[in-house]
Amino acid sequence: MEENQRTAKVEKEQYIVVKFGEEQFGINIQYVHNIVRMQRMTRIPKAPVYIKGVINLRGEIIPVMSLRSKFDLPDDEYTNKTRIIIVKIDPEFPLGLLVDEVREVVQLDEGSIEKRAFDTKDTNGNYLVGIGKSNGELISLLSLTEILNEKENI
Amino acid sequence: MDVSQYLEIFIEESKENLQSLNESLLILEKEPNSTETVNVIFRAAHTLKGMSATMGFKRMQKLTHDMENVLSEIRNGKMNVTSKLLDVLFKCLDALEEYINNIVSSSDEGTNDNNDIIIILNSILENKGMDDEVVTQAQTPSSDKVEVVVNTSTDRRKHKNIKPNEYEENAIIKANEQGFNVFGITIYINEGCILKAARAFIIFKRLEELGQVIKASPEVQEIEDEKFDFDFSVLIVTSESAKKCIDELSNVAEVQEVLVDEIVLEKKQGKVEIESDKQVQTLNPSKTTSKSDDKTNSQQAGKAVTNRTVRVDIERLDILMNLVSELIIVKNGLETYEIKNVNQNFNESIEYLERITSSLHDAVMKVRMVPVERVFNRFPRMLRDLSRQLDKKIELHMSGEDTELDRTVIDEIGDPLVHLLRNAADHGLETPEERIKRGKDEIGNVYLDAYQDGNNVVIEVRDDGYGIDCEKIRKKAVEKGTISAEFASNMTETEIIELLFRPSFSMAEKISEVSGRGVGLDVVKTKIEALGGVMEVKTKLGEGSVFTIRLPLTLAIIQGLMVELNTEKYAIPIGSIQTIEEIKVSDIKLVQSKEVIHLRNHVIPLVRLDKVLNCEASVNDKKTFTVVIVSRGDKLAGLVIDSLIGQQEIVIKSLGKYLANLKMIAGATILGDGEVALILDINSLI
Repeated sequence: MEENQRTAKVEKEQYIVVKFGEEQFGINIQYVHNIVRMQRMTRIPKAPVYIKGVINLRGEIIPVMSLRSKFDLPDDEYTNKTRIIIVKIDPEFPLGLLVDEVREVVQLDEGSIEKRAFDTKDTNGNYLVGIGKSNGELISLLSLTEILNEKENI
Repeated sequence: MDVSQYLEIFIEESKENLQSLNESLLILEKEPNSTETVNVIFRAAHTLKGMSATMGFKRMQKLTHDMENVLSEIRNGKMNVTSKLLDVLFKCLDALEEYINNIVSSSDEGTNDNNDIIIILNSILENKGMDDEVVTQAQTPSSDKVEVVVNTSTDRRKHKNIKPNEYEENAIIKANEQGFNVFGITIYINEGCILKAARAFIIFKRLEELGQVIKASPEVQEIEDEKFDFDFSVLIVTSESAKKCIDELSNVAEVQEVLVDEIVLEKKQGKVEIESDKQVQTLNPSKTTSKSDDKTNSQQAGKAVTNRTVRVDIERLDILMNLVSELIIVKNGLETYEIKNVNQNFNESIEYLERITSSLHDAVMKVRMVPVERVFNRFPRMLRDLSRQLDKKIELHMSGEDTELDRTVIDEIGDPLVHLLRNAADHGLETPEERIKRGKDEIGNVYLDAYQDGNNVVIEVRDDGYGIDCEKIRKKAVEKGTISAEFASNMTETEIIELLFRPSFSMAEKISEVSGRGVGLDVVKTKIEALGGVMEVKTKLGEGSVFTIRLPLTLAIIQGLMVELNTEKYAIPIGSIQTIEEIKVSDIKLVQSKEVIHLRNHVIPLVRLDKVLNCEASVNDKKTFTVVIVSRGDKLAGLVIDSLIGQQEIVIKSLGKYLANLKMIAGATILGDGEVALILDINSLI
């Protein structure tokens, strides 16, 4: 298990870079509570398709959402690299996000984030807050609030 | 001074004071001459004023201040209690409640000055009692004057109002004879003091060091419970001098003033002679008696014996509860491990652990239990208002206020009960004229009863009104097209009543400001079911109806039956299970192309859980099914499962807000091996 690295506040925002599908995504580290390996999940009948089930994390029951499914990508294949990122947008209700792989933590300052430089009509576009550039790579920065909001109106 | 940390205490206490004001005003309405009630009201209002002033809520303070002025007039017998006056006072309470609600939501009292109420209050003061068209009297006591009256020096030496009983009198006489000093002491605590009881406790400690306290007003217990304003008086026997007493007591922080008089009792008369430092005063005994008696009586009436309590944040209890839950999960885990070479000792230890965890669980549960009184106590006021609004004579009878329920349930149960009571008052009860015509007493009765029944708490709302007219509902339902005429005629009475709980169904002709039977009943039902309870209605035309709510004692830990569907595990709450049956495939019949079984004269519909829950069907070549018969109210259903695992204590955990809207799943639980199993919501499956 990798604990997230909470360093002292810097002006630059830190993002955890994850991969699912062919793309790299960034999740703002302030929401990330924990990163755990894939574990036994209990299916929830009649739940939205992108909710893959619930896990028991030290006595807490946490729903797990598949980002692949949310982005209409082919189903998850669970490998040794699969991770569940536990995020807490609402401190009382944690949520797990299934990703193929966790890569690194990057620091992005405002200058290296391009806001909304993409086609907003694209369905996936709505889930992004911007695109980060780090070491010549592009990282789509996820808007967790957008991703979760939609889910509340199941 | 930063008072934000006291905000919670303030809110809690203000609510209590408001409640006690409400209750006392209701009593006052019935017994307008009860001076002790007036005293209780006055004290509560005074405390409210003090507290709001401390917290800097100016508007609230102003309103309570003006209210207090009126109350003090009543207390001094200068004003009569009229229903108009009471209406105004009730309005004050509503306004105060609004302030407090504002404070709860935004830590600010809001901007409503409630000037109208204040103006009325002041005009009452000027008109002294508002006896309809009283001409304004010449001497209008301004609010300041009233304050002055309260604060005159004789009144401040409140210990003079203490009337010792015979035994205490003897003690004082004896002390006098033996050369001890007997002092009457009145101690004023800073009005800004927040933890009055703690201060009082320290003061009493000092007093006990000085000598022996023979009497206190209010009583020591009440002082400890913080049931006093900002002053209290004691009689003390001591060998120390008056000066020493004053010095000692004044040293205590937040003590504003200490007034001491020596008390000398003459043997022969009942007269109490009090020797002040310089002047000698003889007090009229009859006057003293009435005052001090009023005080003690009223406090006893308020709340008899209160236990020593500690206020605990509900969150801390939740944490405790969670820890107990964890413990139970671990214990369940230990039980399921198959350990080789299990010896006797190990088993014994496990059993011991089990005993401890279940006692611990019980203990924590009990801590979370709150008497339903908390919810019930606002109903008398509500019914009073309703009876005025509807112009009906209504009497509310409550019983079982001390029945206890889990705190979380208590918080949720209020609204549904309000709804049911309103329904009962508005639609259940007839108008007085109708009642007389039907040969009933003019006064309609609404009963609210609570009692414990096994692992459930039952709350009944009953009225002796006209009852529910099933024929009317039947007609209405057909008219509105809810059901077909043919279907309607086949419906039993229970089924007809069930229609009232349908979301869109309402008896439109009956809709009024207060309530419309059917409107919102579905909401009530949903709420009760969300709490894991069930609701039933019984009615008899002409005699009234009963709405029965049955709630589980606790929501957190229940006994569950673990079952298996293919590879998935589910828990069924034991409370809703009737029996478990083995059913032959050939016994399954079809009715309206739905599967049913015929069991002991009941036709029970079957629910194929694997289909309903979208499980992968297990290979099915069995000749028999295991069927769990569950019930909701009178309804039964058979749940088809693959196999039974066994009964187990399960800790209910919520699935959180992201999965809140799921039907059929009531929550989840963690099994001994760490796996998550879902708990089936029987109510939605039947």
